[in-house]
Amino acid sequence: MAADGYVDHAPGYVANEGPKIVTGRFGYEDSHRLARFEATGGYEGLLRALALAPGAVHQQVRDAILLGRGGAGFPAGVKWGFLPPGRYPYYLVVNGDESEPGTYKDRLLMERDPHQLIEGCLIACYALGLSQCFLYVRGEMALAQERIAAALNEAYEAGYAGRRICGTDFSVDVVLTWGAGAYIVGEETALIESLEGNRGMPRLKPPYFPAAVGLYGQPTIVNNVETLSNLGWIMANGADAYRRHGSESSPGTRMFAVSGHVRRPGVYEVEHGVTTFRELLYGDNFARGILHDRELKAFIPGGGSAPWFFPEHLDLPLEAKPVGAAGSMLGSGAVVVMDETTDAVDAALRLVRFFARESCGKCTPCREGTTWLERILQRIADGRGRPSDIDLLLDVSDNISPGPYPAASDEARGLAAVAFPPRQTTICPLGPSAVAPVVSTIRRFRSEYEARITRRDAIPVKAAS
Amino acid sequence: MTGPAGEGPAVEITVDGAAVAARPGELLIEACERNGVYIPRFCYHPRMASVGMCRMCLVTVDTGRGPSLQPSCMVTVAEAMAVETESAAAVKAQNGVLEFLLINHPLDCPVCDKGGECPLQDQTMAYGPGESRFVEEKRHFEKPIAISATVHLDRERCILCDRCTRFADQVAGDPLISFMGRGGATEVNTFADEPFASYFSGNTVQICPVGALTAEPYRFKARPWDLTEAVSTAWVDSVGARVSVQSSRNRVLRVQGVDADAVNWGWLTDKERFGFEALDSDGRVTGPLVRDAATGALVPASWADAATRAVEALSRAPAERVAVLGGARLTNESQYAWAKLAKGVIGTDNVDAQLDDGLPPELVLSLPRATIDEVCRPGGVIVLLGGDPKEELGSLYLRLRHAVVSDGATLIEITPRATGLSGLAAHSLHPRPGETAELMRALLAAAATGAADGGAAGCDRAAIAAAAAALDGEFTVVLGRGSLAETADSAAAAAAMLAGRGSVRFLPVLRRGNVNGAFDAGLAPGLAPGRTLLAAGTDRLAGIWPRVPARPGRDARAVLKAASVGEIDVLVLLGADPLNDFSDRAVAANALDGAGSVIAVDLFVNDSAARAADVVLAAAGPTETEGTFTNIEGRVSPMAQKVTPPGTARADWMIAADLARRLGADLGFASPAEIRSEMAEASELHRALTPEALAASPVEGVMLAGTQIPVPAVEAPVAPGSRGLRLVATRTMYDDGVMLRHCPSSRGLARGPEARVNPAALYRIDARPSTTVRVSSARGHLDATLVVDEGVPVGAVAVGWLAPGAPANALIEAGSPVTEVTVEAR
Amino acid sequence: MSRLTADNEARARRIMALYPRPKSALIPLLHLAQSQDGHLTDEAVRHVAELVGITPAEAAGTATFYEMFKFHPVGRYLVNVCTNISCALLGADDLVAHASAALGVKPGGTTDDGMFTLETVECMAACTEAPCLAVNYRYRLRVTPNDFDDLVAAIRSGDIDQEIPHHGTLARVHQEIPEGRMAGISSPEQARAAPAWMAAGAEGAG
Ligand SMILES: Cc1cc2nc3c(=O)[nH]c(=O)nc-3n(C[C@H](O)[C@H](O)[C@H](O)COP(=O)(O)O)c2cc1C
Ligand code: SF4
Ligand code: FES
Repeated sequence: MAADGYVDHAPGYVANEGPKIVTGRFGYEDSHRLARFEATGGYEGLLRALALAPGAVHQQVRDAILLGRGGAGFPAGVKWGFLPPGRYPYYLVVNGDESEPGTYKDRLLMERDPHQLIEGCLIACYALGLSQCFLYVRGEMALAQERIAAALNEAYEAGYAGRRICGTDFSVDVVLTWGAGAYIVGEETALIESLEGNRGMPRLKPPYFPAAVGLYGQPTIVNNVETLSNLGWIMANGADAYRRHGSESSPGTRMFAVSGHVRRPGVYEVEHGVTTFRELLYGDNFARGILHDRELKAFIPGGGSAPWFFPEHLDLPLEAKPVGAAGSMLGSGAVVVMDETTDAVDAALRLVRFFARESCGKCTPCREGTTWLERILQRIADGRGRPSDIDLLLDVSDNISPGPYPAASDEARGLAAVAFPPRQTTICPLGPSAVAPVVSTIRRFRSEYEARITRRDAIPVKAAS
Repeated sequence: MTGPAGEGPAVEITVDGAAVAARPGELLIEACERNGVYIPRFCYHPRMASVGMCRMCLVTVDTGRGPSLQPSCMVTVAEAMAVETESAAAVKAQNGVLEFLLINHPLDCPVCDKGGECPLQDQTMAYGPGESRFVEEKRHFEKPIAISATVHLDRERCILCDRCTRFADQVAGDPLISFMGRGGATEVNTFADEPFASYFSGNTVQICPVGALTAEPYRFKARPWDLTEAVSTAWVDSVGARVSVQSSRNRVLRVQGVDADAVNWGWLTDKERFGFEALDSDGRVTGPLVRDAATGALVPASWADAATRAVEALSRAPAERVAVLGGARLTNESQYAWAKLAKGVIGTDNVDAQLDDGLPPELVLSLPRATIDEVCRPGGVIVLLGGDPKEELGSLYLRLRHAVVSDGATLIEITPRATGLSGLAAHSLHPRPGETAELMRALLAAAATGAADGGAAGCDRAAIAAAAAALDGEFTVVLGRGSLAETADSAAAAAAMLAGRGSVRFLPVLRRGNVNGAFDAGLAPGLAPGRTLLAAGTDRLAGIWPRVPARPGRDARAVLKAASVGEIDVLVLLGADPLNDFSDRAVAANALDGAGSVIAVDLFVNDSAARAADVVLAAAGPTETEGTFTNIEGRVSPMAQKVTPPGTARADWMIAADLARRLGADLGFASPAEIRSEMAEASELHRALTPEALAASPVEGVMLAGTQIPVPAVEAPVAPGSRGLRLVATRTMYDDGVMLRHCPSSRGLARGPEARVNPAALYRIDARPSTTVRVSSARGHLDATLVVDEGVPVGAVAVGWLAPGAPANALIEAGSPVTEVTVEAR
Repeated sequence: MSRLTADNEARARRIMALYPRPKSALIPLLHLAQSQDGHLTDEAVRHVAELVGITPAEAAGTATFYEMFKFHPVGRYLVNVCTNISCALLGADDLVAHASAALGVKPGGTTDDGMFTLETVECMAACTEAPCLAVNYRYRLRVTPNDFDDLVAAIRSGDIDQEIPHHGTLARVHQEIPEGRMAGISSPEQARAAPAWMAAGAEGAG
């Protein structure tokens, strides 16, 4: 592409064709430096915002219908409106804890364009009267921490952060903080607990949601890194321009990480709502089809927590509603692709083991149930399964997430889709997430379980490469 | 605390199809239980914030948007809420939780202390799956670990309900146990070598829903079905915490807290909980003892011989040369019997339940009283004037702590040194010893004018002004005895000044057992039963008592001083130990040696009796006799007899009656009930104490309110002018007292002697911290470890009252306004 | 063993000053302690607890919740191989097996010379670059057995000391707010009024 140090393929990132709202600078070697940021339109959004009344900025974000990118897809502008008036101070907590299996985008945003994120934080603080911003980065992401620290130092030095920003009476500190390895801390109330110096265990809800009772009991906005990274562009170009991309109910773009058995795995900035899974997995502009020309067996559309989809679901658009109705979720923009050689039991075990390892331990069904599921699956994988284990898996699952669990339709077996989200006996959705791979695989690949239990040599134990 | 089950119109909900009236703001689990529907639970505890962890209490709730499973310990009731506690979904979910809890549980019920009273076991029997579907190996932990001197933790049995950890953090304020690890590997534990050294650790054993936490004094002693229980009142301090005394085969094996809403909320200090051990110890006096003239030893005797010796001495002595000290250990009934014996039969008014270690009784009895609830009122202002509730009255400390931490109360402490509540106090003032009245004058002046003139009593002006501002509106005063190294005069004067402020009410917190009952029974010089001055009570008593002393007698200080110069012929120690409890050890020793005869009525041979008693009469302990107890509020609650006294020990009132008979008088009663009816006759106050009233309020007790005594004029002493270091001596939870010495679980918990000084005063001391120093006064000396403590006023040296091997009263001269000391390296 | 050094204690205080409540700095301070000793010693945990005003049990309660904190010495280089789904699909197990053989330790083990600890970990957010690993949280993407051997050799030779610091050291660039540039912490106890620019009204901040 352009000169000036722009490379097509930064580590872990493929520049696809299409509108670039948040990944536009990724190709530059020095994309994380203030000079590059300023030279490519950086902090213009902030300056635009500062010229408006805070309420008008909030309105722009509302008009843009900026959907949250952390997993739940809730419109940011609406969430911001939940702040109870007058109960200052309000805080902003940035969720940079990205750990959902298959998810890889926030780390890129933090490492490659930290100023874009900081600009987003500042715009949010300005719009809502937030008194302090805590940018919580996943503990393991050392480079992201360094890049953000350096960017913050530059921003403070240049007057973009801290006291009297850009000479106005807008003053706010953006404080870099970081975790120490716990997936559950990505859940927003656990994130707040962690930021208060506690064990990262989700808080009970209702009645508490962070906008009402958050950090130190004060009203708090928690937003995902990608969500906030959109704000600079929105303010610089306007909500209307933003809505010209994507679909009506899901405007703009989204980053999707396509991993697993595809020819060109990568993180792509994709038009929200209009692109289909088929384009994403097979399109030339994106992942370019299944590795080694094999058949697609299944794909997880929204990170490890999402129920699985199968080839017949490829034509669904990347939009929350239809995906939810079809029995899964877009979640965190992570599509994991599995080809025909993939062992269903083994894959389910990987994911269940993850949730068992990451359960915070608060809720009995999650703490005990996920561990139990893992152990049953491990036993089956080790060739020590019992015929009753399949029903046991389903029943233990039912005690974590009661009732019909969200699932994709399966026309061959005459099974209708069960819409997302699952019900839960737990506080947060982590426990129920562990059920997704169990129910998805047993529903579709029950015979593989049976084979593993009765005919120990039938299926290759190891995942193919 | 949970569910501010507030006032207001009832909330109509349906529970399992039936209409139920819930209180506004009430938690669903509570509303259901009050209406007879018990929802199983493990983590929920009504006295702690809900955590919703165990998920056992899931029920189906429909608020109009369709039924869904909700934890009933988290959901507050809402109008028209429809609840199904036994819907198929709820039952499935609950059974699921039960199964989850059991998969890693050792199921060692047959050897578990909790077996038979374990909700997990009960639920499993009732609903649980017959056969385990869990074929994997269970989680393993090293078997029970001692997390403190008394509490053991078996992590394999733990179901991670967060009750003990929440208690330690939220209720006790001692977060020394915590969840460690994560997910399936979560466990409760302490930090490396920091045990769960909390005065309240035993509560965790009581609230643990399974047998994961066990208490050393009870481990493997009994099975719940062997125990019978009686609701009684804790006796080791004056809060009057309600307890369940549990025994088997005539032995008390366990004491547990009872949730009295007005008093202790179910919580106990470990001293209240485990103090019963002393009653069963080898040190108990199980029969009378007399001093053998030849060997000088105390030797067993028959009741007839011992009583005869006592009566011989009593009948020889003129009434004004007889004195009775102590009595706070006794039940109200025994106290009345002894008051009648001493004042009404013998005719002496030299009677004092305190040993110069409290406050003037006429002052205490004259002040308008506040209840604990009134003091702890949400949003209230509390003035703490006196000692450290955490060290002295632990279960009251928990209430005060809750009021400040959870109910928005403001605490102003005016104490001789920092207390266990200092961290929570809005204002902490620590006047120089002897200058509390000074400080109070300055405070009241500042409150009146809105500005402080200057510093006072070593406290700076800003601090005084800030505290004074908080005294603007209504407040209550928690009034106790601060330091024992100065007279009570200064604090008493300060209290009297506050009493001058209209609506102020007081909660007296004299620490010693049933001291409030003793006052009410008239066990103090110049007093008649019923918060009445002797002079004013004479008429009423005339028909009931054989005689009434004509003039007020001597208080303990005067009695002991008189005895030390040979002016007392018979000194009766009614559970008193002057050597250890009187402020002046030298005077106490001389008094014991100088008294004609010393008669001890006690459970143990304490140091004073060992030194000087001619006769020891074996008394029954608090679980061995029936009666009532009066707490700091004036609340009277039953003491239950659960076991028979050891040997031939008898109730104190029987001893009084026996001595009276031998002295030729009949006290006129043959049971505690008969004593109570005579008390109702002898005292206006006790008229409210009817059998009906007691029966009607078995847990909360009966409040005795009102007083016949006007607030006395208390003269504020002139603040001493010297510039030397002054001694502060305050009580500690664990000391070298005779009861604790005989209590295996608390022996060893008393801290070694420490001399604490403010870092700013270190330069005045030629010694390094952590080394042994000698603290000396004109009277004597003691050796202690030097500790730096910012909570001690700059001009003071603080020591514990009865630290093992270093009794503070060796330094003190009874009656001096302050005790000056020097500190030097050893 | 060791409490925080004077330098680290000073740094700890600077970190605490960024938060409305000192306890919020607990995790960063524990990292600081870990950077000093390579793992968390009891004494350091005690010291950190003291600094933020909690009991050591509370500090340990928090610390043990998080995987990155180690309570026993680990190798100077902590090798984390991702074995979650995306990496597993592309050969993570082979990579673990190779690493295990190459280093001569099972996952969880530390080499005798104290150089390497091998761990299998969950998703590291590099899923499109499978299989991947991190050494002291420095990523290596699409790692082949050869890459692994080269990496180990490079570490042993000291060639990439610059890039990969010893275990415990996380970020080497820190946020430092220049004198006078800080807006100031807003603790719930003090700040009750609307921030200046909100109060300033509807016309924008400047
Ligand atoms: C178990 C669990 C893990 C989560 N992890 C993350 C995460 O790593 N990053 C994230 O941004 N949101 C995560 N979320 C979602 C957050 O709770 C929250 O919804 C999100 O940060 C809000 O930001 P948004 O509105 O900008 O999407 C997680 C939620 C759950 C239940
Ligand atoms: S569902 Fe699991 S992770 Fe979520 S709060 Fe409960 S125990 Fe913790
Ligand atoms: S009692 Fe409600 S969740 Fe435990």
